[in-house]
Amino acid sequence: MDINHDKLLWMYKTMRSIRAFEDQLHTDFAAGKIPGFVHLYAGEEAVATGVCANLTDRDYITSTHRGHGHCIAKGVDIKEMMAEIHGKATGACKGKGGSMHIADVNKGMLGANGIVGGGPPLACGAGLTAKLKGTDQVTVCFFGDGASNQGTTMEGLNLAGVWKLPVIFVCENNGYAETTSPQYSVSGQDIAARARGFGMPSVAIDGLDVLAIHEAVREAVSRARRGDGPTFIEAQTYRYYGHFEGDTVKYRDKDEEEQYRSRDCLLRFRGVVLEHGLLTQAELDAIDADVKKTIAEAVAFADSSPLPDTKEILTDVYVSFPEKEMWPFQAAPA
Amino acid sequence: MSERIISYREAINEALRLEMARDETVILMGEDVTGAPHSDEPDHLDAWGGVFGVTKGLVQEFGRERVRDTPITESGFMGAGVGAAATGLRPVVELMFIGFMGVCLDQVVNQAAKMRYMFGGKAKIPLTVRTTIGAGFRAAAQHSDSIYSIFVHFPGLKVVAPATPADAKGLFAAAIRDDDPVIFCENKILLDTKGPVPEGEYVIPLGKADIKREGKDVTIVAISNMVNVALKAAEQMARNGDGISAEVVDLRSLSPLDEETVLASIKKTGRLVVVDEDNPRCSVATDIATLAATQAIEYLNGPVRLVTAPHTPVPFSPALEDFYVPTPARVVNAVRETMI
Ligand SMILES: Cc1ncc(C[n+]2csc(CCOP(=O)(O)OP(=O)(O)O)c2C)c(N)n1
Ligand SMILES: [Mg+2]
Repeated sequence: MDINHDKLLWMYKTMRSIRAFEDQLHTDFAAGKIPGFVHLYAGEEAVATGVCANLTDRDYITSTHRGHGHCIAKGVDIKEMMAEIHGKATGACKGKGGSMHIADVNKGMLGANGIVGGGPPLACGAGLTAKLKGTDQVTVCFFGDGASNQGTTMEGLNLAGVWKLPVIFVCENNGYAETTSPQYSVSGQDIAARARGFGMPSVAIDGLDVLAIHEAVREAVSRARRGDGPTFIEAQTYRYYGHFEGDTVKYRDKDEEEQYRSRDCLLRFRGVVLEHGLLTQAELDAIDADVKKTIAEAVAFADSSPLPDTKEILTDVYVSFPEKEMWPFQAAPA
Repeated sequence: MSERIISYREAINEALRLEMARDETVILMGEDVTGAPHSDEPDHLDAWGGVFGVTKGLVQEFGRERVRDTPITESGFMGAGVGAAATGLRPVVELMFIGFMGVCLDQVVNQAAKMRYMFGGKAKIPLTVRTTIGAGFRAAAQHSDSIYSIFVHFPGLKVVAPATPADAKGLFAAAIRDDDPVIFCENKILLDTKGPVPEGEYVIPLGKADIKREGKDVTIVAISNMVNVALKAAEQMARNGDGISAEVVDLRSLSPLDEETVLASIKKTGRLVVVDEDNPRCSVATDIATLAATQAIEYLNGPVRLVTAPHTPVPFSPALEDFYVPTPARVVNAVRETMI
């Protein structure tokens, strides 16, 4: 296998971190510790991991409402993520964005997004910057099967094709958009085929196989870096939890979930690396222990962090703007 | 008419059910308004009934032809609603959150709003857009807006924002029956609130404000959930023994606007406070202040005061979001300032 030892360790650690992060949130949400809309990525770890294994900090990604996995795989600080989701001042976005808007542009993470289909045009913009500045940066646009129907997605695909942008579109087809399956919502039934209509190479792959994803994206990234334009990848995957935390999941059957859990991306990866002697049981165990510690520290960090000062409400709207106009026609409350 | 206590959510559901039974051209479409549209399994039917469960039970009664789940294509299904309205249906389109108007704005403001005028009156667009407003849900910047003001700005659109279950039922029926496009703003914070609602057919004409509390010293004009904030402030002032009797005017309908009721109240009390959760620039709040300044200035015994959200998006952190939304304490302060 053409993949080095460090990268394999990184893949396992990344997938394990995402899983542990999401499982922790699932528990803490149920306990009433976490406010708002929280969409978990558990089950889909192989996609973000296999994709981001090909990227550097200088490359960009756009993400979705289900963005925690993309953040972790792109290197956003786990403590700051946890604090953000708890609405704390120490969060990645000072508590202003929350789960649905986590971002860290310094890590090339251009934001989770509360608008389904918000990402593809933004990804084209990042691709345009790289193209015009003559850098070799690429941008990966993550979006869902549901988002594949959005007009902005079609427009983004077309624009990337017309301008030969260094953008890789990764559709995470997890079988549902809220309660709605692509069997109903995707006319023609074949998401990957749509992209071919825009003149770009497009494949559908097993989204539970991190190594297959890594391979497919590696090719796409080199094509983009060479200036040969966009690629489309449909990764077929599954989310373990509800659409958001609190969803009672009455639109799919338990055995479907069980069936996917039996093909779990982490189990599968462990099986392959152990069987081929690529990683040892001790290495995997050490990562598991390490991740457990990291998540516990992140929770402790979030718990002990302060809430934002109410003065922060008026900051970060603009780069520059008259302060007195931030709460016009009245005295700003104390 | 007999009444019973039901929730704001149930009241909207009931109005929709009655209107669909009454007029077979009324259809409903939106994302997951039933749920699991791909499945024939009885267990999966109506899995959600809308993200907030407002449309639950309708598909059983009216079937999937008239209660349609849509792909995530707001421009597509909003525009389909406009086109269907222009050609003989009376569609109700559910747009999950008002912030998503950003995705389909052209269909609303260039198509729905302008068609009749551009066509010299030869078309009508009996479209109702149901959407949700309101902060306080910890839903952050893209899911918490109360940006009804921008739709008031557009000629050709009507805008409604009920505060009580009864008003929600009556105004929703009126919105569906109206031959113009109506943006119907449901406050997600109010969905579980309960109140007396008349049974059977119940229609409240658009363009009529409602005095939710009578008073003589100050007029507090409020919208949607801010009516409850204003009422709390009014009760506090009455109890506090500082002897201020506040009148609370619930606008209910933002376009058309019941200028008469607002002006009559200002003329009676001589003081005006407006409470509005929307961002303050070019807003319904500034409109009401303008109304007072242009048509009732001689009746005012003190400065007009506005209590609004700041000129910022809605923050996520509960600590910030609770500071964002107007509170009874801020309303009481504003009332005091009109007394200077
Ligand atoms: C423009 C817009 N429409 C609707 C929604 C509500 N919504 C949030 S997630 C979602 C489903 C998205 O499905 P998909 O793209 O498949 O992503 P997944 O949730 O499966 O990861 C919907 C309809 C939204 N946030 N933005
Ligand atoms: Mg999906």
